[in-house]
Amino acid sequence: MLEVTGLRKAFDGNEILKDVDLSVEKGDVLAVLGPSGGGKTTLLRCLNYLERADGGTMTFLGQRMDMPAVTRRQAAAYRQHTAFVFQSYNLFANKTALQNVTEGLIVARKMPKAQAEQRGMAALERVGLADKRDAYPSQLSGGQQQRVAIARAVAGEPDVIFLDEPTSALDPELIGEVLEVIRQLAEDGMTMVIVTHEIHFARHVSTRVLFMDEGRALACMPTEAFFQEQKLERIQSFLRSLDRKEG
Amino acid sequence: MSERVIDILVSSFPQILVRGLLVTIPLTLISFALALVIAVLCAMIQIADIKGLKQLVRFYIWIIRGTPLLVQLYLVFFGLPDLGIMLPAFPCAVAVFALNEGAYCAETVRAAIESVPKGQLEAGYCVGMSYVQIMRRIVLPQAFRTAFPPLSNSLISMVKDTSLAANITVTEMFMTAQRVAGRTYEHLALYSEVAVIYLLFCTVITWLQRLGERKLNAMNGGNVIRA
Ligand SMILES: Nc1ncnc2c1ncn2[C@@H]1O[C@H](COP(=O)(O)OP(=O)(O)O)[C@@H](O)[C@H]1O
Ligand SMILES: [Mg+2]
Repeated sequence: MLEVTGLRKAFDGNEILKDVDLSVEKGDVLAVLGPSGGGKTTLLRCLNYLERADGGTMTFLGQRMDMPAVTRRQAAAYRQHTAFVFQSYNLFANKTALQNVTEGLIVARKMPKAQAEQRGMAALERVGLADKRDAYPSQLSGGQQQRVAIARAVAGEPDVIFLDEPTSALDPELIGEVLEVIRQLAEDGMTMVIVTHEIHFARHVSTRVLFMDEGRALACMPTEAFFQEQKLERIQSFLRSLDRKEG
Repeated sequence: MSERVIDILVSSFPQILVRGLLVTIPLTLISFALALVIAVLCAMIQIADIKGLKQLVRFYIWIIRGTPLLVQLYLVFFGLPDLGIMLPAFPCAVAVFALNEGAYCAETVRAAIESVPKGQLEAGYCVGMSYVQIMRRIVLPQAFRTAFPPLSNSLISMVKDTSLAANITVTEMFMTAQRVAGRTYEHLALYSEVAVIYLLFCTVITWLQRLGERKLNAMNGGNVIRA
């Protein structure tokens, strides 16, 4: 469904992404793992055209795009099919939970308000926050804000959701509720690309793993094989270091 | 206080107040409204980084902030006629106050817009909204909440600064008080009286500001905006 080849990106001459290939099939949950600074966030941002790639070809739903040449209009059309969940939630601070979810539907997709609200409430119910519909972001916990952000992503009925470390900004006791919501989405067959440091979660929820290190995709393979038959020393040592951290 | 002074105060009070309501307040409101338009335009030009125009805006702000308001008033009212440009006193005062305040408010507005986390702009793009839609519905409402207290401050300053217009023959409150004082030699009494009226006006604005802030807070979900 989504295939990218030869993705390159540099910041001020610093190569952050060096020839990355990846592919995502419908229903896949692709976990993007790897050490900090490896280019995971940049990869996701390029995939949603928040950052302009220097090179690379994307094929999405059968349509080929030369990534550096994508126009604003093409990017907007593409984003009608995708959604993005940020590490820092990025909810609209002047909108209620429900308005955060419906804003894009009403303003960008010109959906009638009543229909958008119906869809918005369904999305809030899906993340367990129907009762917070009128709460503003400042009145919600980090975990609740991130769940609203996920509801906002889901409400557009995207073909794929990109999630950049959705639980990294959360207090430990709030991580579980957000991961549970994402796990539920995966169970419902939602296609996702998720950058995460939650290795246990990646192992049990993802279908494939992409390992990023120093701007290269060192591995892109089924989750089972990634963890069971890992041959690369670099990845083994990364996994060991996580094991030690988790105790 | 002698009976004479009291008589003078009582008879001059409505006279001064009326000049306040008919000249000082309209002068302030018209100038400030124009200043806000100038400020938002200048802020947007700087944020959108429009080549050429941006340099022009920086130049304008540099000139205005680096010269005294009184000098600006004299330049336009007494200086420009040398070039054949002659403006009546009131429009002249409006133009100078608007241009002057516009330069200061431009910085306030720009800072307020930039204080809205950039992530919300990106989130807006990701749900399919355009730059203009995000600005209008997400960024500017929040920026307005942030800019409201400093802008109220500027408005209060302007009410008092309009007294400088007396220097270019605008018969506003201060000049009216000046005239009565000159006629009666009751300087202490008259200038105290006009001071009290300025205080009154500013108090009303402060009160309106609080009301406005409460309203804006309700519209923005409380004034604590967490990241
Ligand atoms: N906008 C930017 N400008 C310059 N350098 C950047 C920018 N964004 C990211 N980088 C650099 O790119 C590298 C990879 O960053 P990032 O994609 O955030 O990695 P990760 O998400 O894996 O931690 C880092 O060295 C970071 O400093
Ligand atoms: Mg990152």
